[in-house]
This record gives sequence, C-alpha cells and structure tokens, in this order.
Amino acid sequence: MTTRLKPKHQRLVLAIFALVAVVAAGLLAASALKDEAAYFMTPAEFAASPTAVGKSARLGGMVEKGSIVSAPDGLGIAFIATDGKASVRVTYRGIVPDLFREGSGMVADGHADETGGFVATRILAKHDARYMPPQLGAMPGETPDEIARTIEDPAR
Amino acid sequence: MHAYANPLKFLSIARPLTPWLVLGGLALIVVGGWAGLTRTPPDYLQGETVRILYLHVPSAWLGMAGWLALAIAGIVQLAWRHPLAGIAARAIAVPGLVFCALCLVTGSIWGRPTWGTWWEWDGRMTSMLVLLFLYLGFIGLANASEERGSVSKVTAIYAIVGAINLPIINRSVVWWNSLHQGPSITARGSTIDGAILWPLWLTLTGFSLLFAGVVVMRMRAIIADIRADARMTRMASAGPAA
Repeated sequence: MTTRLKPKHQRLVLAIFALVAVVAAGLLAASALKDEAAYFMTPAEFAASPTAVGKSARLGGMVEKGSIVSAPDGLGIAFIATDGKASVRVTYRGIVPDLFREGSGMVADGHADETGGFVATRILAKHDARYMPPQLGAMPGETPDEIARTIEDPAR
Repeated sequence: MHAYANPLKFLSIARPLTPWLVLGGLALIVVGGWAGLTRTPPDYLQGETVRILYLHVPSAWLGMAGWLALAIAGIVQLAWRHPLAGIAARAIAVPGLVFCALCLVTGSIWGRPTWGTWWEWDGRMTSMLVLLFLYLGFIGLANASEERGSVSKVTAIYAIVGAINLPIINRSVVWWNSLHQGPSITARGSTIDGAILWPLWLTLTGFSLLFAGVVVMRMRAIIADIRADARMTRMASAGPAA
C-alpha cells in the first residue's frame, strides 16, 4: 500500500511549495532589476560609460575631502565625487542640504558636460547609517568619520 | 461546535493578557519616548532630527512584521484550516497598515532636513510604499469576501504572495544604490552609538507589545461579533416555533 499524505499535510506542502516558488520568482525579478532599480550611478560607472552630454542622469558618491571649492561669486560650488575607484568633478549652483559635507555621501541630479564632468541641478545629502553623540563627532584631531569607523568595528 | 473550541481556549488566555500587553506597551513607549527626547545626546551630524528614530524604526519593524504575520496566518489557514487564522489576519491588517504609514510619514519628515527631500523613488522608499498598497489591498479583499469573521482563501493566498515584498524591502538598500542608508543594526552589531541606541529598545518593545495588544483586542471583538451573529441567527430560526 502506498503511503498517502493526509489532506492537511498535502495542503501544507502545497502552500510551502507555492511560497518557495513565489519567493524565487521575486528574487529572480529583483536581481534582473539590479541595474534598472539603482537610484544613482557611481563615479566608476559614470567614468566608464558617461551619459550623453545634456542627458539627465543621477550621480552618487562620496565628497572627496578638501575638494569643495566655492565659485568666485559665492553662488556655486565645485567638488570631486568619488567611490574610491573613479572620481568625477561636479559643479553646482544653488543651496546644498545641511548634511552635505566633505567625506560624506551625496546624490546629484544633473547631466554630463563636455569635459567628462557632471553639472548638478540638485544635490541631496546621503546619510551613512552612523549615529553618535557630538562629543564623539567633534573630538579634536580626528574627523567624525575616523572615530565612527573605530566605533563601528572595534576589531579593525 | 468544533469551530468554537479553539476560539474559547484563545479567549481564556486573551482576556487576562490584553491589559498586560496594552499597559506594558504604553509604559515602555512613554519611558522610551521620554528618554529618547530628553536623555540622549543629539547626533553629531543630524542634530536633534535623529530622535525621530525612536518612532520610525519601530514603525518600520511593525509594518513589516505585520505582513509576515499575515502571511503566516495565511499558511495556517490554508493548511490547517484553523478557525483563528483568518480572524487573526483581519485583526492584524489595520494596525499593520497604520505602522506602515507611520514609517513612511516619519521617514519623509526626517528626509527633508537630512537628505534635502521629502520623497525620492529609491528602492527602500518605493518598496515600503508598495507594502502600504498591499495592506490596502488586503483590507479591501478581506472586507469584500468576509466569511464568518474569517478571510477567504483568495485573501489568504494574497497575503502569502505579498510576503515576497518583505525580503525586497529588507535588501533594497543592499542590492541597489539607494538614497536610504544601509542597515544600522545587523547581526554584527550596530552603527548607532550606545548613547543614542538604548531608548530604541524600549520603544521597539513597547510598540511591539502595544501592537500585539491591539491585535488581541481586535480578535476578541471579531469573535464577539461572530458569536452575536450566531446567536441572532439561532434566535431568528427558533422565533416562529416559540
């Protein structure tokens, strides 16, 4: 006599099978979307295949330390956006968010210019998931990032 | 009366449990909220804005945990035909929706001063908004196809299928470049400094207890509704004979 599953268990197996199939389908779709669903291009991606001049694009990266330069008229800034692999010069005219600063992440809407740089029309600050009191952030001699890194990973 | 056997057992546990869940949850929320507003330092970059964390993180957790519970209830209903599963699902959906909406609203309020924008279509925000619509769909479907306080099979399947969004929300900041920061609290530890982190555990536990309390209260209300309905039906059918 063949062993038959109880109806209850049959339904359970069916439900679990359906769940696994759905999750697998979702993960496949998500991985297929990997490039499409990215919110911004990294400097490396931008440097490797710059978008057409004037075509809307979004660039995200770290603001390189010491790279922010104010325009002579005081209304604009220029800085280097980097991801450690490539650097892109970004120019912007307007007001940046309070959290936009050197050594922090940012996302810029804009387009490529003729020289391989990026002209931003809007800049957002990216927060980096580190939260700490100001005493730790403003200790003399060290930057908040350096201190944060030691807090983040004491073993390092 | 087989269908009532379990609900009765449930009620005998749920009744004394309700005040503990609700009052305990509220107490933790009050203490955690007070501590989060007055006892913790501001963040070195964000300043006082960081305090919205104590509401935003529990909301995000409960919005997602709520759907996970809906999916589990769906499996229990389909596989075991447990009479409480559908009732639980109906009870979970509305508080789940509320916390999901709270998460989106508090995130938006935080995003304006921090990022410089109220809303961006990045992976995390978009997938969380999808969760909100999933909740709306579930509530609509559950109400349209109510079966004696429980939910229909289609609704249970919908809850299971919708669970696919949960890993997408969770991984959205890892898979894709996103404006939303990556995970702060992982198995390897937290990038939130201890001085800022500790009230979060209080509000996280507090809101979770309150959520459970609200769900239990709603389940009790639905069961009372079913029993009142059943009694009315009995009385109506017995009416002409008496």
